[in-house]
Amino acid sequence: MSYFLETLVSGLFAGVMYSLVAIGFVLIYKASGVFNFAQGAMLLFAALTFVTLIEKGMPFALAFIVTSLVMVAMAILIEWLVLRPLRNRDPLTLFMATLGLSYVIEGFAQLLMGMDVHMLDLGIPDVAVQVGGIYVSQFDIIASLIALTLVATLAITFNKTRMGISLRAVASDTLAAQSIGIRLPVIWRIVWSVAGIVALVAGLVWGSRQGVQYSLSLVTLKALPVLIIGGFSSIPGAIAGGLLVGATEALADIYVGPLVNGSVSTWLAYILAVGFLLVRPAGLFGDREIERV
Amino acid sequence: MQESAPSKPLRRPALGVGTIAVVAGLVAAFAVPVLADDYWLSSIIIPTVIMGLAGIGLNLLMGYTGLVSIGSAAFMSIGAFSTYNLLLRAPFLPLPVVLILAGLIAAAAGVIFGLPSLRIKGFYLGASTLGAQFLFEWLFTNFSWFSNDSQSLTISAPRLQILDYDLQSATGRYYLVIATTVLLIALAFAIVKSRVGREWMAIRDMDVAASVIGIRVARRKLLSFGISSFFLGIAGALWAFGYLGTSDAHAFNLDKSFQILFIVIIGGVATIFGNFLGAAFIVLTPILLDRLSLIIDLSFLGDQGALANLQHIIFGTIIIVLLIKEPDGLSSLGRRGVEALRSRTRSSS
Repeated sequence: MSYFLETLVSGLFAGVMYSLVAIGFVLIYKASGVFNFAQGAMLLFAALTFVTLIEKGMPFALAFIVTSLVMVAMAILIEWLVLRPLRNRDPLTLFMATLGLSYVIEGFAQLLMGMDVHMLDLGIPDVAVQVGGIYVSQFDIIASLIALTLVATLAITFNKTRMGISLRAVASDTLAAQSIGIRLPVIWRIVWSVAGIVALVAGLVWGSRQGVQYSLSLVTLKALPVLIIGGFSSIPGAIAGGLLVGATEALADIYVGPLVNGSVSTWLAYILAVGFLLVRPAGLFGDREIERV
Repeated sequence: MQESAPSKPLRRPALGVGTIAVVAGLVAAFAVPVLADDYWLSSIIIPTVIMGLAGIGLNLLMGYTGLVSIGSAAFMSIGAFSTYNLLLRAPFLPLPVVLILAGLIAAAAGVIFGLPSLRIKGFYLGASTLGAQFLFEWLFTNFSWFSNDSQSLTISAPRLQILDYDLQSATGRYYLVIATTVLLIALAFAIVKSRVGREWMAIRDMDVAASVIGIRVARRKLLSFGISSFFLGIAGALWAFGYLGTSDAHAFNLDKSFQILFIVIIGGVATIFGNFLGAAFIVLTPILLDRLSLIIDLSFLGDQGALANLQHIIFGTIIIVLLIKEPDGLSSLGRRGVEALRSRTRSSS
C-alpha cells in the first residue's frame, strides 16, 4: 500500500511540473487565442541562457533578472515580427507560425549556447524525507511550493491589478476591449513576457531535474493533454489536469506497463485526454463556449 | 479554419485547354526518368511526389472538411506496416491489391480516431489525432510482431513487382509512385467535385447550416477521416518502400506530421496541386540549405551541429515569412501568375 502511495505522490509531483509548463500556454491562449507551440522552445532558451550566465560566474539573482529581461525582449520581438503581421488570421495559421517560431528559437538557443547537457544546481537538496509514513523527495516539495507561489502571484495579478483586468477584458471580448481603449499590442507584449518568465521558472525546475538540454523543449507535448483535461483557458484547470495526468502516468507505468512491454507514458495522457473530450468537451474548468458540435 | 475557399474564375477556360494540359502533364510525368538521373529521382522527385500525395490526404480532411489533424504520420505508418505484413503474410496478393488493402486499414483507423470529431472541433480535435501519433509509434516499436520480429524493429522493402515486372530500381520505384499518385489525384478530384466534396465544404463553411439542409454531418465527417487516411496510408506505404527502402516506426514521427501540416498550409488550403508545391518546398529547402552551406564557407560556426541549428533558424523563418506574405499558400502564387499571363495575352491580342 505504501508503495502505491509513494508512486501516487511522486506522480502528483511530476504533475505539478506539467502544470508549470501548461500555465505558460494558458496565459497566451487566454489573451491572444494562440496555441503557442513555441512555449517549449522558450523554456529551453530561458533555461540555457540562465545556466550559461551561471557558468560565467554570475550570481543567482542577477542571472535570474538578466534572463527575465532577455525573455521580455524576446516577447517584444515576437509581438513585433510575428504576431502583429498575423493578426486576425485563423488559429491554425497562428499555430503554424509558432511552430516555425519554435524552430527559430531552438536554433538560436543551441547555436548561441551550444548543444551540451548542462547541469543545473539550484541548491535544493534532493533527499527523501518521511512524511506521514511515506518517503517524499524534498526537491519535489520545494518545486511544488515554487509552483504554488507562481500560481498565487498570477492569480492575484489577474484578478486585482488594473493590468490583469485589462488582460481578462481582452480574453473575454477582444473587440470590446479595444473599443474602450485597451491597446492589444501592449497586452500581447505583456502576456508573452509573463509567459517567458513562467517558462524560465519551469525551465529551471525541469532543468535541475534532467539537466538543461534539448529534450526540455519536448515538455510542450506533455502540456497539451494537461490543457485538454483542464481546459485551455483556466489556470486552476491546468493544475488539476497536471496532477491528474502525472498521477495516472506514474500508476499506469508501474501497474500496466509490465503487461504491455514497457512504458505507456508516451501516449496514455492523450488517450485520457480524448476520453475527457468525449465526456466533457470543455475540460474540467474550461469555458462553456467551447466550439462543439 | 480558412473561411474563404479559393475563388475560381467564373468562366471556365475552353474545354480543350484543360484536356491538353492534363495530357501534357501525364506525358511529362511519365517521361521524367528519361531526363532525370537516379539521384534526382531517388532523392528529390520521389519524396516530393509522395509527400505531395500525403498532403492531398490531409488537405481532403483539413482544407475541404475543416477538421484539424496533427497525427497524419500515424496513418502513414499504419499504411506502411500493413503493406509490409500483407506482402509478408499473404504472398499471393498482387502489389496493387496490397496497397489498396493497406489504405483501407489506415482508413478504418482514421474513422476510429475521427470519432471525437462528432463532438468537438477546432484545436481540441488535434489532440485526438496527436494521440494516434504517439499510440501507433509506440505500438509499432513495442510489439515486434509488426516488424516480423526483426531485431532492429525495421521493415525493409519486400518484393516490389507487378506482374513479374521488377520495380526495385529508381526508375521502377518512380513509376510505381507516379502511377499510384496519378490515380489518386484523379480520385481526389472526383471526390472533391462530387456531392460528397460539396457537402464537406458546406460542413467546413457552416456546419449548422449544413445539417439544416439535410447533410448528415456525422457520417460525412467520418467519411472524410476515412478517405483522408486512405490517401495517407498509401502515401505511407510508398514512403517506406518506394523512397526509404528500409524504415521503422520513427520514420513516421511527429516531425513528419508537422511537415504534412506545413505542406497543406504552405501549398494552399483546399487545393490539390498546391500540395506538390508545398511538398517541393519541404523536400528541397533542406537540400538547398545543405548545398548553400557547402558553397559559402561557414567553418567559423564550428561543428556540424551549429550548421543544423542555422538550418533550423532559416527553415522556421521561411515558414513564418510565407505565412505572413502568402496567406493562401504557394498555389495562389501560381494562380496569380496564370492570371497575369492571361491578362497580358488578352491585352496584346
